[in-house]
Amino acid sequence: MAEYTLNTPLTDADVEKLKAGDVVFLNGTIYSARDAAHKKLMELLDAGKELPFDLKGAAIYYVGPSPAPPGRPIGAAGPTTSYRMDTYAPRLHSLGLKATIGKGKRSDEVKAAMREHTGVYFGATGGAGALLSNSIVESTVIAFEELGPEAIRAMKVKDFPLLVINDCHGGELYVKPRLDTAG
Amino acid sequence: MREIPVQDVIDAVAAMCIKANTELPDDVRAKFEQAMAEETSASAREVLRQLLENADLARDTKLPLCQDCGLAVFFVEVGDDVRVVGGNLREAINEGVRKGYADGFLRKSSCHPLTRANTGDGTPAIIHFDMVPGDKLKLVYMAKGGGSENMSRVTMLSPAQGWEGIKKFVVERVAEAGPNPCPPTVIGIGIGGTFDHSAKIAKQSLMRRLDDTHPDPDIAAREKELEDALNDLGIGPMGLGGKTTVLGVKITMEPCHLASLPLAVNVQCHSQRHEEVVL
Ligand code: SF4
Repeated sequence: MAEYTLNTPLTDADVEKLKAGDVVFLNGTIYSARDAAHKKLMELLDAGKELPFDLKGAAIYYVGPSPAPPGRPIGAAGPTTSYRMDTYAPRLHSLGLKATIGKGKRSDEVKAAMREHTGVYFGATGGAGALLSNSIVESTVIAFEELGPEAIRAMKVKDFPLLVINDCHGGELYVKPRLDTAG
Repeated sequence: MREIPVQDVIDAVAAMCIKANTELPDDVRAKFEQAMAEETSASAREVLRQLLENADLARDTKLPLCQDCGLAVFFVEVGDDVRVVGGNLREAINEGVRKGYADGFLRKSSCHPLTRANTGDGTPAIIHFDMVPGDKLKLVYMAKGGGSENMSRVTMLSPAQGWEGIKKFVVERVAEAGPNPCPPTVIGIGIGGTFDHSAKIAKQSLMRRLDDTHPDPDIAAREKELEDALNDLGIGPMGLGGKTTVLGVKITMEPCHLASLPLAVNVQCHSQRHEEVVL
């Protein structure tokens, strides 16, 4: 398993070399969006309007951070469960999104979209929100402020520690539960 | 009749909310360390290392352990010979939640089920009251994360399915949940009662210490049997494979209707964020 340091925006070449199990330290700007923000992004797309950030080469982080205490750019900021965004991810990948960051399984449709549009799904450690916030050096709300923790933020990250869960070649890191031997 | 000023309740609740969200309980830390010693895979060990580092950082910075500071769930035992003066107990608990979630910079995660509009202050808390003998007021708080709660289920088994049916349902539920609830998780199981009561006692089971042993040897043995079966699934920390899929299984069993076998499986986050105070 390889280790890479990558910068956003991500290119097809960046994504193509990644295999499930690789460790990636991500740098640059990533965008936070979860349930409510995705719904709003879809409404903008349906209305033919511009999105609040450029999808080309972008990485979306499924996160709803806790409020920033004085002296820190952000509160705890670990991943939320990704499957709830499965209905939205294929459309965003088809428009240039390169990476999503979250935790937990993705649907077959999302995996197919990542193969077709050269995308990657990264896992970050769930429930390690304090630790992960250390890699976020700046955070600015850029859209849907009214959504509070669910607003879209541009987050500047430095060596954000990620694992490739699903690569663009059909590889997957999550183990299949051994139901046959259990109990 | 003993009297407790309402402000004491508010302050105690606020302090519990902040402490539970920022300090990993010692029994959980011990389990992480034990798991770290037992795991051989590098990815499993790395996850556990990060969780321990996360706990140190949260303790030192007062950042919450997880950005999802949960819905505030309470189990409250009110002694027959004590009362709260100067205000209503339910309202005092909610006020304590408002204060704790604001002062502790905790995320407010309560929203309208359809419009999804955030209530803005972490309330309403989910509160279960019980009346007990004595002149004390006991408040137990849990920060219940959404990711693990979403993986929980209630089912009405047929009595003929018995223990084997229970075991099958629990194992399949945890297998299906896979990496989604941030394993290693803690599994609270409610067996018996009614549809609603099974879920309540499943959640109540999660208030126990991870290192305790159920006083009933039969239930203690069943907890161990399920824990071994779940860890045999091999899901491991964050679903990356390993020996530690659950940190513990806690069962509460109560009588049920002749026709029923209610079963609730409540999945809880690894950090098992909870606190209690006796006033
Ligand atoms: S399931 Fe994971 S992300 Fe959600 S509250 Fe629990 S530890 Fe945090």
